[in-house]
Amino acid sequence: MPSLTPVEIDALLLSLRVGFWSVLICLPLGLLTAIVLARCSFPGKWLLDGIVHLPLVLPPVVIGYVLLVTLGRRGVLGGWLYETFEITLAFTWKGAAVAAAVMALPLTVRAIRLSLEQMDRGLEAAARTLGAGDLRVFLTITLPLCLPGLLTGAILAFARSLGEFGATITFVSNIPGETQTLPLALFAETQVPGDATPAIRLTVIAVVVALSALVASEFLARRVANRLGSGSASPS
Amino acid sequence: MISVDISLRRGDFALDAAFETPSNGVTAIYGRSGSGKTTIINAVAGLVRPERGRISIAGSVLFDRDAGIDLPIAKRRLGYVFQEGRLFPHMSVERNLLYGRRSGADQHPTLAETVELLGLSSLLTRRPSSLSGGERQRVAIGRALLANPHILLMDEPLASLDSARRAEILPYLASLRRALDISVVYVSHQMDEVIRLADTMVLVEAGKVAACGSVEALTSRFDLAPLTAERDAGAVLACTVSEHDTRFGLTRLSFSGGSLWVGALDLAVGDRVRVRIGARDIALALTPPSGISMLNVIETTVTEIGAGQSSQVDVGLMAGDTALWARLTRRSVSELAITPGMKVHALVKSVSIAGPARGARLEAI
Repeated sequence: MPSLTPVEIDALLLSLRVGFWSVLICLPLGLLTAIVLARCSFPGKWLLDGIVHLPLVLPPVVIGYVLLVTLGRRGVLGGWLYETFEITLAFTWKGAAVAAAVMALPLTVRAIRLSLEQMDRGLEAAARTLGAGDLRVFLTITLPLCLPGLLTGAILAFARSLGEFGATITFVSNIPGETQTLPLALFAETQVPGDATPAIRLTVIAVVVALSALVASEFLARRVANRLGSGSASPS
Repeated sequence: MISVDISLRRGDFALDAAFETPSNGVTAIYGRSGSGKTTIINAVAGLVRPERGRISIAGSVLFDRDAGIDLPIAKRRLGYVFQEGRLFPHMSVERNLLYGRRSGADQHPTLAETVELLGLSSLLTRRPSSLSGGERQRVAIGRALLANPHILLMDEPLASLDSARRAEILPYLASLRRALDISVVYVSHQMDEVIRLADTMVLVEAGKVAACGSVEALTSRFDLAPLTAERDAGAVLACTVSEHDTRFGLTRLSFSGGSLWVGALDLAVGDRVRVRIGARDIALALTPPSGISMLNVIETTVTEIGAGQSSQVDVGLMAGDTALWARLTRRSVSELAITPGMKVHALVKSVSIAGPARGARLEAI
């Protein structure tokens, strides 16, 4: 098998890194949002629900532009981040991870929320009668029982991040070695007339990565389902 | 003392329950489904919040609307055995059992004792999903006990089981009662369970407490018969084993006002046992009968005669402090001219041993 070119290695590693950090951002945020949406009732809940789901329905370019305006150096949040922590998101791989996370969040929230809503809340009440306080109930009952949802949410977020294009290119541009993930590299190749081989090679890499992720997730989902007993399989 | 006085409303259903029962022993909350039994113990456990009232157990107040007291569920120290078990599916049986264990020296019962008492030793490493319904309920009972609760609340723990599984668990519940000095509040709509397990009974009807008292007292009351007598009416007697007749294989049970011969019981002299005598299993004679095969003839006084125009009439009898209940044809009552205050001889055709020993029905001795 021909070895990968430096550009391909860069794009592959960057895609994995962006995917990883995107999942890391999505999970806690998604869990928190899902709990609020599934368990709390307050006026204006529909608004939160709507905002979280916006990336699903808006063109990704719009999200990218909104991110650029708010999180760019001169944006309200971006300026504050730079002055306080010297973090720059626009045109860096960190920004690519943030863009991917924002696009993936609604999928994660939906998966976890479904899991929370399907959960037998009687089990939490049972834990309380056994003397468990709120934190212990959450850590020992709620969290393990919505593990299938967390797992599904993580896989969806990772897959969505690997495929993210519109918001990423708008927010962080297409800089080889910095923000050029697999889809962006492929896009760059298709813009160059001539030899199609580099584009085909990138396509094969993308397919292999996606398939591996799917197989791994299936394996994990089975293990979790076994742990929870045959009665409660993954909600996906 | 368990003291409950609460009201709450849920849509069309209104609960307005007040009762007091001793906090030692087993209290049964008995009533038809939908009468509000479960709501009462859920309020005691803190799972539902009453709109008005007060709940206290052995002097400590769990809930008092007026004083603004509403102890969190986790702080009430009440074991709760749910109808459907509610074992944690992601934990082994052992981890389920130990979930509520408190740190501290004074642990009674211990895990080993609980496992022994409920016969769980072969289940410890298994997952709840691989257990049978009866096994699940036993684990649920063990889990509640190991949290070292002040009171054990049980919400129809046998209702989801078929009769074979029920028969499998009942002896465990009865042994629990004997082995552990723990008070239990037991919700049930099965009179046989109540008679077998409970000391005190709270009768609930349509969200209200119809009566509260000892099982013996309430089952002998005519006015409560529509609630307590499921298929056939009958009186419950508290007895003590007084002698064994090994030659004929019999055991004599004595109660205030007389004694009964039953088939040999595997109990020691002095053990307490509760028996039930169905109203249809008593015949009356005006003079001491002679030349009959029945061993059990009890001298009684007629206390009341039930009303009604059907062919059958209930007759209330008193032997010492023990109430009995006979169902005769109206014609017999009329021909024998039975009236309150009259001395009659009750011929007992059969006795069922309701507990705590076993549920066998002993026919005509």
